[in-house]
Amino acid sequence: MASKLSYQLRNQTGAAIRRFLLHRFPNSSAATPSLLGIRCFSYGSSQTVSPIDPSASSPQELPQPRTSPKVELGAASASTSSSLKENELAKFAAISETWWDSDGPFKPLHVMNPTRLAFVRSTLCRHFKKDPCSARPLEGLKIVDVGCGGGILSEPLARMGATVTGVDAVEKNIRIARVHADLDPVTSTIEYCCTTAEKLVEEGRKFDAVMALEVIEHVADPAEFCKSLAALTVPDGATVISTINRSMRAYATAIFAAEYILRWLPKGTHQWSSFLTPEELVLILQRANINVKEMAGFVYNPLTGRWYLSDDVSVNFIAFGTLDSA
Amino acid sequence: MNRMLARRLVTNVSRMNVLMKSFSTQVAEDAGSLNEKLSKEHEKKQTISNNIQQYDVAIVGGGMAGMALACFLASLPMTKQLNVAIIDSNPALGSRLCIKKDDPPDPRVITVTPATISFLRDAGAWQYVEQSRHASFNKMQVWDYTGLGYTRYDARDVNKEVLGCVVENKVLHSALLSRVEATDFQKTIYPLRLTSMTLQPSSTSTVVDKFSSTASSSAQRNLAKLELSDGSSIYAKLVVGADGGKSRVRELAGFKTTEWNYSQNAIICTVEHSIENQCAWQRFLPSGPIALLPIGDKYSNIVWTMSPSESGHRKSMNDDDFVEDVNRALDYGYGPHPKSSLGTGDLFSWLNMDSTFSANQFFEIPPKVVKLASQRMVFRLSLRHVNTYASKRVVLIGDAAHTVHPLAGQGVNLGFGDAFTLSKIIAEGIALGNDIGEVHLLKRYETERKPANIMMMAVLESFQKAYTIDFGPLNVLRAAAFHGANYISPLKRSIISYASGDQKLPLFT
Repeated sequence: MASKLSYQLRNQTGAAIRRFLLHRFPNSSAATPSLLGIRCFSYGSSQTVSPIDPSASSPQELPQPRTSPKVELGAASASTSSSLKENELAKFAAISETWWDSDGPFKPLHVMNPTRLAFVRSTLCRHFKKDPCSARPLEGLKIVDVGCGGGILSEPLARMGATVTGVDAVEKNIRIARVHADLDPVTSTIEYCCTTAEKLVEEGRKFDAVMALEVIEHVADPAEFCKSLAALTVPDGATVISTINRSMRAYATAIFAAEYILRWLPKGTHQWSSFLTPEELVLILQRANINVKEMAGFVYNPLTGRWYLSDDVSVNFIAFGTLDSA
Repeated sequence: MNRMLARRLVTNVSRMNVLMKSFSTQVAEDAGSLNEKLSKEHEKKQTISNNIQQYDVAIVGGGMAGMALACFLASLPMTKQLNVAIIDSNPALGSRLCIKKDDPPDPRVITVTPATISFLRDAGAWQYVEQSRHASFNKMQVWDYTGLGYTRYDARDVNKEVLGCVVENKVLHSALLSRVEATDFQKTIYPLRLTSMTLQPSSTSTVVDKFSSTASSSAQRNLAKLELSDGSSIYAKLVVGADGGKSRVRELAGFKTTEWNYSQNAIICTVEHSIENQCAWQRFLPSGPIALLPIGDKYSNIVWTMSPSESGHRKSMNDDDFVEDVNRALDYGYGPHPKSSLGTGDLFSWLNMDSTFSANQFFEIPPKVVKLASQRMVFRLSLRHVNTYASKRVVLIGDAAHTVHPLAGQGVNLGFGDAFTLSKIIAEGIALGNDIGEVHLLKRYETERKPANIMMMAVLESFQKAYTIDFGPLNVLRAAAFHGANYISPLKRSIISYASGDQKLPLFT
């Protein structure tokens, strides 16, 4: 454990950082590495171990052939991330039966779900000028849930009136999601596909809102992923992304505490190096013509056992953006 | 017979559908054609299973708590489109009972706290109560048989108008029913009893396992199935047990309770005075408290707690002897009157600046009872608390979850609090697209209500125990408690706020 920590720390120092950053963001201008470099050194000082729940949704977005030349640049990290992804796929496939067991391995996700739904609901209602006091405010909106897993996010969205399409790279998850959605006539209208965002773009699908919650930290190339998400959105449509911050505090809580101490997640679910800081996320979304309008953090109160929305983005955070209509 | 055949046919067809479905999911197919096939099968299943009605919420028990829940659901914007079934065999629910104003008051009355009144006012049901007989009181006097101390409470101590309101059960019940019928809330009343209930497990194991159930479609298989006394069934996403102390829902769902009997019975009846009574009186006697509550029109309601043998004796004695007994219990029997000792100001003079209105009031003798105006009813008293309030698709409210001693008139108010909280939780669940029968949502109701209910029960329990023991030093302690509550203003205000439902904890707020 300590060796892994020091290995990662060593990986983050000095020239390794620069190389790493160039690999991750090959399109970034000269200014951004310094900005990002500053970010890397300013680790959060507080390391209070408040249990945090990074959701364990399925990993997504195997890089398509056209992006692989870029991936080859930083060969070492690329191979580790793709092999990790296969491991992750297998891991998720193994526990996919327990998606809807609200006391099983996905319990933290179930507990966090109402909080992120509250954010999604309020931002979408505000943006599309829907009545928040109605029981089905998202009526008439086409939404795609990228990395839907067992459908934990898709089903409430369908109950709120939206026309939902759920996609996931793991076939087993789609099967579980479909079986569970058929249990309620309202959610049985959800369309589940075992595919990736890039394939949907190739099919030319467009949606009013694109949700990618707890996915981008499992993707090999976040910048390309965001471009795919933007391509799926109609002009002036909404994109919501949630992920975990790359801070020391997040390491202490989301990886160390959640995976090793509390065992909320299988070990190796998250790689700290694949986390994104809010600034980086805003930047790569801007490159994809998505303007981030709102951002919030999730905090967990261990006394009440509930999640709350707050301004504290140091561990989990969620961002809402709209696609430029230009 | 036909129904059985039809049901068997339905299960056979559903079995075939299920087999087809399991084959199709195992074969790797394109997402599009798979969806198509599933939607076709789904349509087939829907047309077959149309004979069993499906509801969002099934409220078992249309009494105070159950009707209050229906009323609150009808008045909240998020929940008023829900489809609700109320299962209660009480004929009063079906026909509109015409309450004649000239009738003497029913002995079954409840005291509603200001908090409950505000819930009912917000839901729009209180206006119906105001059209019928009800009596608010703004004064209360509590003392015991030793005559060593007394406490007077006044609504003006906490800058309120009333301490509580006494309403007959049937008046409040019909007010709730009128409110529900005045809105376009979809409710269906089943004048039947619940015979059995099946709550399906939530496992997502392959559908092949569900052969043995009698449900007729995979969608309905996930819901709770209620079988009624005439053989019909209904499905519901959420079953609310509001069927009172001997709750059938609680028994069928397998909830365990903690209970013990008080070995006390309560006699209730209506009595008449020659003057108006505008104060609530309670005197603690060696075998239990006697309470006199104003109902209006010179009538009052008596709640007298005593041992079972005494209650048998008192129920069977003739009316005049009973009236004599009551007057003795309230006035001159068992012990002397407390002295109105306003002079103890010298001990608590430093608090006089903040003294409450009622601290300066003399001890008053309750109005004499002139006549008995109704039959005497006897009830066994017990304390019961269920260990969990909720599990998947089923939740308990009101007396089904907890019963308390009537000495502070709090029992039904706890039930109204439960109904209000549950309606709020259901509204929040619907706002965020939850399945309302989901355990996590219902557990939030439990974490909100359980501590409050347990706290109130603990307070009442301690009172009940403290006042049933006749022991010299304990009597003096009780007297000191009376004095303390009467003259220490912050304590008195705290007690009034807590009993009115405005405060969560008895102290420390």
